[in-house]
Amino acid sequence: MKTKLFVAVMGAAFGVTAAASAATLDDVKSNGRLSCGVSTGLAGFSAPNDAGEWSGLDVDYCRAIAAAVFDDPEAVSYVPLTAKERFTALQSGEVDVLSRNTTWTMSRDTQLGLNFAGVNYYDGQGFMVPKELGVSSALELSGASVCVQTGTTTELNLTDYFRANSMDYNPVAFERLEDVNTAYSSGRCDVYTTDASGLYSIRLTLPSPDDHMVLPEIISKEPLGPAVRQGDDQWFSVVKWVHYALLNAEELGVTSENVEEMTSSENPDIRRLLGAEGNFGESIGLEADWAVRVIKHVGNYGELFDRNVGPDTPLGIARGLNALWTEGGIQYAPPVR
Amino acid sequence: MSVEGAAGRAAAAGGGGVAKARLLYDPRFRSWAFQIALVVAVVLFFFWIAGNAARNLQQANIASGFGFLDVRAGFVIAETPIHYTDNSTYGRAFLVGLLNTIIVAFLGIVFATVLGFVIGIARLSKNWLVARLATAYVEVMRNIPLLLQLLFWYKAVLAVLPSPRQGLELPLGVFLNNRGLFIPRPVMETGGGMLLGAIGIAALATYLLARWAKARRMRTGHSFPMLRVGLAIMLGLPFVVYVLAGAPITFDVPELQGFNFTGGKQVSPEFTALLLGLSIYTSAFIAEIVRAGILSVSRGQWEAAGALGVRYGRILRLIIIPQAMRVIIPPLTSQYLNLTKNSSLAVAIGYPDLVAVFAGTVLNQTGQAVEVILMTMAVYLTLSLLTSAFMNWFNARYALVER
Repeated sequence: MKTKLFVAVMGAAFGVTAAASAATLDDVKSNGRLSCGVSTGLAGFSAPNDAGEWSGLDVDYCRAIAAAVFDDPEAVSYVPLTAKERFTALQSGEVDVLSRNTTWTMSRDTQLGLNFAGVNYYDGQGFMVPKELGVSSALELSGASVCVQTGTTTELNLTDYFRANSMDYNPVAFERLEDVNTAYSSGRCDVYTTDASGLYSIRLTLPSPDDHMVLPEIISKEPLGPAVRQGDDQWFSVVKWVHYALLNAEELGVTSENVEEMTSSENPDIRRLLGAEGNFGESIGLEADWAVRVIKHVGNYGELFDRNVGPDTPLGIARGLNALWTEGGIQYAPPVR
Repeated sequence: MSVEGAAGRAAAAGGGGVAKARLLYDPRFRSWAFQIALVVAVVLFFFWIAGNAARNLQQANIASGFGFLDVRAGFVIAETPIHYTDNSTYGRAFLVGLLNTIIVAFLGIVFATVLGFVIGIARLSKNWLVARLATAYVEVMRNIPLLLQLLFWYKAVLAVLPSPRQGLELPLGVFLNNRGLFIPRPVMETGGGMLLGAIGIAALATYLLARWAKARRMRTGHSFPMLRVGLAIMLGLPFVVYVLAGAPITFDVPELQGFNFTGGKQVSPEFTALLLGLSIYTSAFIAEIVRAGILSVSRGQWEAAGALGVRYGRILRLIIIPQAMRVIIPPLTSQYLNLTKNSSLAVAIGYPDLVAVFAGTVLNQTGQAVEVILMTMAVYLTLSLLTSAFMNWFNARYALVER
């Protein structure tokens, strides 16, 4: 962990970074692999599955980008990063894209040299407590010990929320998510706070998930999404449009099963998305069938959501805000035109 | 004659190319020139690095500079030896982290030294059981990685202790649970200053008395019951003042309120685990250093003192240890430095030391990795240099003075 930061700092000092930030797409193509920064393990978003392969919503974004570039979703090197390491790893060029349940904030967007390519999950911060605590609202938590991960927006929202409601708390902060989990399950703190999606995911890993409940309050906006370095517009466009292709595919009813037949569809929107009309792939440095590759290998946004975090998975999260704009949510993609 | 002679000849040779050639071969000139050139090269090198870093950061659109230290931090720290709230600045958060590091390192050094001396001497004991137990302690504790030991102590502390509501209530208003040890906090009422003054006067009196007793013993050989008299002064004087001033100190007793205890002083499980782990791990190394030091004093010293009828404890305290210290202090310094640096492992068990607070949270909130890491490295370097400066001074005092 320390070494990674050290290398990045030395990189900044000796000028390795300037070279690394140039044409990321060319670098990725010549390496033959996409280097993708993921979390150290958050079920449903990025975590190794039973077979030891990385899976989850954020991991599927890595796979989608690799599919668009190489027509091979497996051409990804996953780099697990803690909350603390993630931005330095992206800045220094250690990863090409950061797909790690990272909240899009103004300071990160403007001061860290990052560009957020979109929002792949609209989240908000919540609280989880053991049922035996007998608490039904976050407003009853004054004086509680709160487990939290350091170096996250969570830590700041928590402070603001308790302050705004004139309540006190004792923070118990760890750098690694695993350590926060252990501290909470061993009773070191009364409350666990992080993004609501994370709480559902972590609750499953506890010895007896039914003894814990997530409180109804959502105290912040946490738009999570993939990020790239500033100063490389082409690569920014690739990541952004892979995200939009996933959303547009769901809106147009294109799935991983019917994508091959859909290429001969009469619908001009579908024909443009799948490269049957126009050459939108070329304009971002990819092949004409870039979107076909993405959808064929990983599916559309709806498929990704259902497979990783949806109601039929252990996490059982409803679409809510993450439904398409046509279905009452706020996921909306600009058209391919 | 060599240096002056050569320079003299070079000067005497006088003008033209000959003089330049002579200057080149002048050892004094050459040694100065090389050193100046080296210093210039090193300075230029660091200038280049700094300039390069600033330029690269600017190119990548990453904020730089130390202005962030004056910005509101907006997060809370669990243990704050000085006043700190979420409205304090990042600079203040840096100070809190620094103080937490110093506190745990200082206490760790004290405990590790005491424990290390006891174990090291025990390892040389003639009592078979004591010696073997000490050996087992040293071999186990110094051969398990420190990080594992810290996690063990943290998990052990947490696993054994009950939750606050089922917590243990000890006498004198002390409470123990998995949120930590809660002890009553003394609160100064009017007249509290007198008590502090009394403690100060007692300490000074004890110190002066000890100096006088030592000088008298050196002069006349008569010993003085220093321990008993010293204890009487240190405890007696403050007690008398305390009663006379009408009990000017009250205690803020911890109380269970809602989820947690409020009031009193809290010693957190994180701090306890870190202090235990650091002290025990380092004490195993110190024990070996102490053993080596004692064994380095020749047997003749023991035998000579024994022949004079000096008791075992006194031989050890007055003859062996002072001589052994010359061997012990230099490696002991290394252990102190190690302990200070190892305290950065606190981040694994959630103790808010410098690395956790500053190189962790602050780095992340500001994203200014270069500045933050440089400051953190500078702090550890300074702490280490101060420690070794102190130990070098101490070593010089103990060095063999030939008469």
